Amino acid sequence: MVADAVKAGAILFVAALVQVTVLNRLQILGGGPDLLLLALVGVSLLRGSLFGAAGGFCAGLVVDTADLGTLGLTSLVLTVAGYWIGRYGETTGRDRVHAPFVSVAVVTVLASFGELVLHFMIGDQVSARLVLLDALFPSILLNLALTAPVYALCRRLLRPPELAELSTEVRLLG
Amino acid sequence: MGILVLLSIALLTVYFRESTGGPLHRTQGVGAAILRPFEVGVERIARPFRDVYGYFHGLAVARSQNGRLRAEAEHYRQLYIQNANALHDFIQLKKILHYEEGPSFPTDYSPVNTRVIAGPPSQFEQQVVVSAGSNQGIHRYDPVVTPAGLVGDVTKVFSNVARVTLLTDDQSAVGAMNLHGASGLVRHGASPEGTLILDQVTKDQVVYRGDRVLTQGSLAGGLPSIYPRGIPIGTVTHVGQSDVGLYKDIQVSPFVDFSSLESLIVLVPKVRSAQLP
Repeated sequence: MVADAVKAGAILFVAALVQVTVLNRLQILGGGPDLLLLALVGVSLLRGSLFGAAGGFCAGLVVDTADLGTLGLTSLVLTVAGYWIGRYGETTGRDRVHAPFVSVAVVTVLASFGELVLHFMIGDQVSARLVLLDALFPSILLNLALTAPVYALCRRLLRPPELAELSTEVRLLG
Repeated sequence: MGILVLLSIALLTVYFRESTGGPLHRTQGVGAAILRPFEVGVERIARPFRDVYGYFHGLAVARSQNGRLRAEAEHYRQLYIQNANALHDFIQLKKILHYEEGPSFPTDYSPVNTRVIAGPPSQFEQQVVVSAGSNQGIHRYDPVVTPAGLVGDVTKVFSNVARVTLLTDDQSAVGAMNLHGASGLVRHGASPEGTLILDQVTKDQVVYRGDRVLTQGSLAGGLPSIYPRGIPIGTVTHVGQSDVGLYKDIQVSPFVDFSSLESLIVLVPKVRSAQLP
């Protein structure tokens, strides 16, 4: 458990730093890849909602601190995203081949929408057209293109849990 | 999960409401200082890959650029001769008139050359973080440039890092003029390619396609302009006007490539006169 937490933390920390220092400057077809989101998908799918939420929160804090942004904003978005992906993995999608791709596509849309709403709520001037129309589609494509290698790396570093270790939170009643 | 969400909302609320000297801002400054070596390390590791990409990208566009640059060089050679003549006259006339003026660019500013260690965090915020701060004499609102032209201004300062809000951010606006005397405000455009607009230029003012746009450096709204006069901003790429609009519709293509900022120059005034809020 502790070793897993350290590994997941290291993956997310490195992903957050690479995102902030390198990938945030990349503009391809108007969008950009989100390595942190991809790493979060990998960690959450392989280790569940608790790891997802906690990892998302901490990674968000690193991002907000490193780029001197509004503290808590990225944390909030990534906490919810990590939890949702973790629950998806625990309940339905963990062993399915398409699970990382579905998670990445859905969470890219939801994270963009969530960030848009939060920026709007704190009074930033935001362009919904720029984010949801111009940048979203290329970002989804780029994230999907990187999903397989990033997920494979996460899977290699975080061994998938054995059947006996899987969450028992979903129980059949009656 | 609920606790983490509540914690995030609490952080967001407190950070948003407190002043820039508040405890969360100070903690963020300490955190940024701790993360700085890691960011510099990652940036250095990524640099060779970025250089390789830049090399091949440069090769791909070199042929088309070559012809255009040759024509431009010829044009500027002629322009240089005319300008050298005009500058000589200008200096002579200023001496005769005993003309007094405010701080001028770049002689009244000390440059602080610094590396960009974090790019724009999202589509919403066009801001970068540089690896120099108050220890290097940087203050809030200090103008930031590259050799190509204006980049933006410093909006947050800690001891060894500072945040620079780019000209392409929604919150940025710069008093600007062209060489025919037309003045207005340069702000971000709606297009994602980084085009700017020159706003509030009345229809009676003269603006042509191809005009160079510079910072105006004059007072606006009772506040001193944070940008000295004469910093290049960009070239006018489109001029239009409608019957119902009060102002001209002017698009400006910036000289600075905001998508590939690696090093910036913060202009620190040699003498700080006015204190901005």
